[in-house]
Amino acid sequence: MTLFFQLTLYLYLLATAVYVAHFLSQHKQVRTVARAILLAGGILHTVYFVARYVAAGHTPLTSNHETVSFFAWSMTWAFLSFWWRYRVKNFGVFVTPLISLLMLIAAFSSQEMAPLPPALKSNWLPIHASIAIMANGFMAMAFCGGVMYLLQEREIKKKKFGIFYSRLPSLEALDNLNQHCLAFGFLLLTLGIITGSVWAKQAWGAYWQWDPKETWSLVTWLIYAAILHQRLTMGWRRRRAAIMAIAGFAAVLFTLWGVTYLLGGVHSYVG
Amino acid sequence: MLAESIVIIGVNHKTAPVAVREKLAFSGDCAGPLLTLMSIEGCRECCFLSTCNRVEVIFVASDPAAAAVAVRGFLFAKSGLADAEAQQYSYMYHGKDAVEHLYHVAASLDSMVVGEPQILGQLKQAYREALEQKTTGVILNRLLHKSFSVAKRVRTETNIGGSAVSISYAAVELAKKIFGSLRDKAVLLVGAGEMAELAAEHLVRQGIGRVIVANRTVERAVKLALRFNGTAVGLAELTTQLAEVDILVSSTGATDLILTKDQVKPLMRQRRNRPLFLIDIAVPRDLDPELNDLDNVYLYDIDDLKNVVDVNKAEREKEALRAEGIVAEEVVKFGQWLEGMDLAPTITAIRQKANGIREAEVAKTLGMLKSLSENERRSVEMLANAIVNKLLHEPMVFLKNSDPHDNPQLKLAFVRQLFGLDKDSSEQ
Repeated sequence: MTLFFQLTLYLYLLATAVYVAHFLSQHKQVRTVARAILLAGGILHTVYFVARYVAAGHTPLTSNHETVSFFAWSMTWAFLSFWWRYRVKNFGVFVTPLISLLMLIAAFSSQEMAPLPPALKSNWLPIHASIAIMANGFMAMAFCGGVMYLLQEREIKKKKFGIFYSRLPSLEALDNLNQHCLAFGFLLLTLGIITGSVWAKQAWGAYWQWDPKETWSLVTWLIYAAILHQRLTMGWRRRRAAIMAIAGFAAVLFTLWGVTYLLGGVHSYVG
Repeated sequence: MLAESIVIIGVNHKTAPVAVREKLAFSGDCAGPLLTLMSIEGCRECCFLSTCNRVEVIFVASDPAAAAVAVRGFLFAKSGLADAEAQQYSYMYHGKDAVEHLYHVAASLDSMVVGEPQILGQLKQAYREALEQKTTGVILNRLLHKSFSVAKRVRTETNIGGSAVSISYAAVELAKKIFGSLRDKAVLLVGAGEMAELAAEHLVRQGIGRVIVANRTVERAVKLALRFNGTAVGLAELTTQLAEVDILVSSTGATDLILTKDQVKPLMRQRRNRPLFLIDIAVPRDLDPELNDLDNVYLYDIDDLKNVVDVNKAEREKEALRAEGIVAEEVVKFGQWLEGMDLAPTITAIRQKANGIREAEVAKTLGMLKSLSENERRSVEMLANAIVNKLLHEPMVFLKNSDPHDNPQLKLAFVRQLFGLDKDSSEQ
């Protein structure tokens, strides 16, 4: 089973390298190869999850290794599904390094299969955890879009056309990508918080108890709510939206790791 | 030997000043020049290309030196220049050099603006007219077809035509990088000068949604607006319009700035941060350079655009070097074909092909008939040998027989095609 994980990691790393090669050379065949490798990685990753589920006897979303690996999995499949309906030029070279980075973090975390803590024995576990992590996946994509926007904008503004100008899509396309990912991610984030709160009611008897993870999820949710609200009413788009997507992602990461390792609380068995 | 008979004589922007080129200008169709050229003694095939930057005659002749003088005489007939001077202003290439030159021309490596695509169309047109007058034969047909495919290879394998090398087109490319599709965007032209008109033309061709023209004299504005199916407004409405449009092209003769940062800043809020692309092609400048500091505002003045164009031109020069590699490769290929287009190599090639088949088939048959005696085996070999020789006899006689009325190249090409000697001859 570890073999599946190792192979997936190697395929992701290889896909990243080939995407970089495509970015530099811009040969179409290279991109086709990169996508095929990433697809193979995504399939193997899925197999790894199923195997782990069978071996553990519960949804494998309880340790840091499992959540981060699932985070990477949702990014991979979100990105691959984009290829089908919503293509963005040279998006892969920005998304795959992040996927690889997450997988490396997962690789260096403990891969031990701990027995399920009694508090987590619930049908809500797969629903709540997977929705919440998939939300992170889309926020990560919005983050990549934001970085691409700022890089492209910088070259247009400074009138110095370097490596990005011809390779990245138009500012308009990147702004749309941003909005697309944020809207979808926000929907999932909202669902994640609602399912978590319903589960909390069942498990602990209260919908909300200001546990640090809950608090920070709410902070993250408020940040994204503000971004979307400002976008719709005040015209916060383009450059500012790109910066906000990057800032929002920092909050996502803090909620994921910062809370667990720095603040503790009832969610801290995840770690 | 045969390669020496392809010749190109021509005049282009590099060898002759416009004062000379305009005297050589041929207008109207090429039928006249083509027929005149064909009447030159020894000229077997010819094609005639005339554009504003070049006049070229591509021909195949049995006595190239003599034909060259006659062709030059024809080219410079109207100029009144003596042949010595004509030689100075023109160039002449033989054989492989001629092939290389034509490939350069077709791939736009010899153009004034390297990579501009029109020349290929002009060459194709010239070839079409030569076909109509039936002045091309086996060699030029193949050579011209090859030059078209070389041009295509250069275009797809290098980035030679990739980026804009004119100011107005560079502006359009930038607009597309900012806005993506221009379909639902609007442009405001301030000042109705020639440059503004050119930029607007490009934008309209790229499908821009709306054109608005503002000018000091409204008459001129209305006239220009009509051309692009747009609306005309007075200069006083500048800021009101600016809240709506996406691109502004400014080219007024005003001596002071017509738009400052402080005027645009409040507009951006009103525009809800939709980006604004400001193009200032006026000298002295119309737009405050500090406008570029505003978020989502992109200001390019004439020098900025010139820089873009210069960078792109340098890029094309680099790509042209890569294109040279492709041309060199294709010249070698054509040379190989041309060498084969002679009697001796064709006969050798036919014999080789026939012997190859004979040997393979004999080996196959003998492999199956293991029980045969040595004598019987020899008989089988002789049988195969005899069939091949008898079958080839008549084609060989046909090839070697030199009837003065025959076109030897046509005959060779025909026989080579019949025996499938040039693998890619089907391209013809």
